[in-house]
Amino acid sequence: MKSAVIVFPASNCDRDAAVALEHFTGEKPAMVWHADTELPSVDLVVLPGGFSYGDYLRCGAMASQSHIMREVKAHAEKGGAVLGICNGFQVLTESHLLPGALMRNANLKFVCRPVALDVTETQSGFTRKYESGQRVTFPVAHGDGNYFADDETLDRLEGEGRVAFRYAQGDNPNGSSRNIAGILNEKRNVLGLMPHPERVIDPLLGGTDGTALFQSLIEALE
Amino acid sequence: MTAITPELVREHGLTDEEYARIKSLLGRQPTLVELGIFSVMWSEHCSYKSTRAYLRNLPTKAPWVLQGPGENAGVIDIGDGDAAIFKMESHNHPSFIEPYQGAATGVGGIMRDVFTMGARPIAMMNALRFGDPAHPKTRHLVSGVVSGIGGYGNCMGVPTVGGEVNFHRSYNGNILVNAMCVGLARADNIFLSAAKGAGNPVVYIGSKTGRDGIHGATMASAEFSEDSEEKRPTVQVGDPFTEKLLLEACLELMATDAIIAIQDMGAAGLTSSSAEMADKGDSGIELDLDRVPQREENMTAYEMMLSESQERMLAVLKPGREAEAEKIFKKWELDFAVIGKTTDTHRLVVKHKGETVADMPVKALSDAAPLYKRPFTKTAPASGEPKIDSGKPVMESLAKIMGAPDMCSRRWIWEQYDYSVMADTVQCPGGDAAVVRVHGSNKGLAITTDVTPRYCAADPFEGAEQAVAEAYRNLSAVGARPLAVTDNLNFGNPQKQEIMWQIVAGIDGIGEACRALDFPVISGNCSLYNETNGEGILPTPAIGGVGLLKDVHRMATIAFKREGDCIILIGETRGALGQSIYLREIEGKEEGACPPVDLAAERRNGEFVRELIGAGLTTVHDISDGGLLVAIAEMAMAGNIGAVLDTASDIKFLFGEDQARYVLAVPEKEARTLLALAQSAGVPAALIGRTGGDKIALKGAGEISLAELKKAHEGWFPAYMGSTELPPVN
Repeated sequence: MKSAVIVFPASNCDRDAAVALEHFTGEKPAMVWHADTELPSVDLVVLPGGFSYGDYLRCGAMASQSHIMREVKAHAEKGGAVLGICNGFQVLTESHLLPGALMRNANLKFVCRPVALDVTETQSGFTRKYESGQRVTFPVAHGDGNYFADDETLDRLEGEGRVAFRYAQGDNPNGSSRNIAGILNEKRNVLGLMPHPERVIDPLLGGTDGTALFQSLIEALE
Repeated sequence: MTAITPELVREHGLTDEEYARIKSLLGRQPTLVELGIFSVMWSEHCSYKSTRAYLRNLPTKAPWVLQGPGENAGVIDIGDGDAAIFKMESHNHPSFIEPYQGAATGVGGIMRDVFTMGARPIAMMNALRFGDPAHPKTRHLVSGVVSGIGGYGNCMGVPTVGGEVNFHRSYNGNILVNAMCVGLARADNIFLSAAKGAGNPVVYIGSKTGRDGIHGATMASAEFSEDSEEKRPTVQVGDPFTEKLLLEACLELMATDAIIAIQDMGAAGLTSSSAEMADKGDSGIELDLDRVPQREENMTAYEMMLSESQERMLAVLKPGREAEAEKIFKKWELDFAVIGKTTDTHRLVVKHKGETVADMPVKALSDAAPLYKRPFTKTAPASGEPKIDSGKPVMESLAKIMGAPDMCSRRWIWEQYDYSVMADTVQCPGGDAAVVRVHGSNKGLAITTDVTPRYCAADPFEGAEQAVAEAYRNLSAVGARPLAVTDNLNFGNPQKQEIMWQIVAGIDGIGEACRALDFPVISGNCSLYNETNGEGILPTPAIGGVGLLKDVHRMATIAFKREGDCIILIGETRGALGQSIYLREIEGKEEGACPPVDLAAERRNGEFVRELIGAGLTTVHDISDGGLLVAIAEMAMAGNIGAVLDTASDIKFLFGEDQARYVLAVPEKEARTLLALAQSAGVPAALIGRTGGDKIALKGAGEISLAELKKAHEGWFPAYMGSTELPPVN
């Protein structure tokens, strides 16, 4: 599996994503600068966490207008896999690669802690190695993770099996609609999620529940 | 030209004698720009004029110290060609005036101090002191400071991994915000600030200069009064986005060999960076202010030299390397300008609009800065053993203590900090010390910040020793070998004799303890004049300690791991209740002698515990605030496993704060060997109970459920801050 990590100014989980990808694929991902106009030929593009452009406008809004996002969209349209984590999820909604929006956390505070998640959809290249309904723990670290969409969109997401991860009942850290933590696009080749799977691939760092996500990608894309 | 009147001199915080000295050093009257430059360079904040004479006595050397005090931060060798670079610095005055920006720029400033030396910051800590929780401003200050620290550190992508928080009425009008940054570099690629050589380009990089923060250093060197909030314009505004770009751009430039010297523009901005670089390089610097990137129109030379706009650096490059450097900074969309050159004149010359607005000897700003041995009055330490009502129910007292503002869980704070970014945080906030892995290796750096201000108020010497000893103990408790400290000395007005005594005795105590523990001071910062309306803070010499774990898989945490483990108390207990948390929270008294520090015992017991951890011991907690029973309650709550104790049940034994003690938990079959080892090492050790169940029980003192303890412990902070959310179950 060949992969690329997009680096926006003030991306800050780009290294963590690269370390995880190299760990599972044995190959360093291409690090692609936001101002670049070409994407190398890869199977997976990761939009990492961070504070792209300082997030001084709506989170992800500036990044969605960057040169490289045109290429990322083209990659997705051709069926290439795109994974957006945290700020990357925000970039995906701002780029309309995923529906809805990520608002300020309901309590208006940044939150960093491990949260319990349910894997609610395993029919995807991102989640196939999980058991359906499996309870996993990933950390979150965000100030704007409160997923919102109108009821019609939410119904459609649920009806089409596009809600990949939900916060476990009672453990929603940001007030997101219907406890949504991560969603897929229609073609199921784009996943955006607020929790950080790349931070739970080492038992020393609080668990290995993120491992299956990367293994799913390898199985699906190789 | 502006006339230099006595009023103007006073407004610049300079005394008549200091002004006379300036005139004699220059051989003439200073210009207004020169007066401004002297004012900041001779401020307490920049010149350390009241403390320099004493700081010289601190131990600063060891075979593993690569760079001691005097640079932007200290550097230690951590093996394999790696170096750890760290420093702690205060941003007290700005944080009281404007808590969000004050704390945020404190974080930004200390990070720049570390990455200007070539290190990538890998962990942040902060030591915070607020006023009485009942004071009307405290909540607002806590909220602003915590979001400011998070707002800056989270965006930078550097984990904030721990710290400490105290509340005390002495901080009502003068909170303390001390931020510590630890960075990682290659030992052979450390960047210093000596602007050596003549004719080399001086370049300005980072953000544009605005009018913010003018005279911040002078403000930080004066007491507060009721109108201190009018000083808000002297507080800088932080932009973590630009700092993140500056970090990456600097590290990219540092991978080339284009840099001769580099320093961040912190307090006193362009003035102190240029003067200090010339001073250390034994050279001169000539600046042309017309080339300084400016954010506002019509800025005067005075404003530009004194601006404390954030996210700026000054560097001296090798000649001919400007274009290469500029390309890097343009990529990161940062300002880059050649604004001057080094000279061999030993003078700082500043030109603006074709005129020379300052021309002064560099040494006049550094070596010739005033040095005061201010008079002090030795005060007798608080003494005596406090009287207590020995009939109070132990477990009720325990619950009350666990829910006290100084003792309760800090989860509400640290969950607002991204502590796991960079994916190397192997010990999260809530333990004795934070541990971050050295990226790509099995080594770990343990980090702690410690000081017990109430002890320092009772006895400044013993209290300062205790701060160092506790840092040593916290590092040992996770299994790390303590290597070096940074000190952040927060005190009141040094012109008061009793305060000057606290300073002198405090520095003396730090020196004594650091020498005895082989724990040198490699960087630090003094913050004096922490007073409002004439009332000083408790003396607060905060110690930031760093230690090395050879293998992060051999590390201890505080949580009980298994039922049925033997609980072992290490160290001697005499029942020191003077100045204890028990005395304050249960008896409402702040009196008596603080616990005595026995540095030989600290060292012996610490080494013993570290060896055990190296051999596989996994459960250790140091005993500090609140004493033995509090330590056990914390271990039980962290592991969700109770304890059945079989030991003395008197209040002095359970809540005394005797030093050099640890609690360990080991499987039954290892307990006997451990006790024998302790005996042969001359370390007091006693089996005091077993883990198990869902409560803390002690014969003769009753029991309390972990659920009840957790409710008290986790409940206070969210309730105080007005949060309606319940803390998570785990």
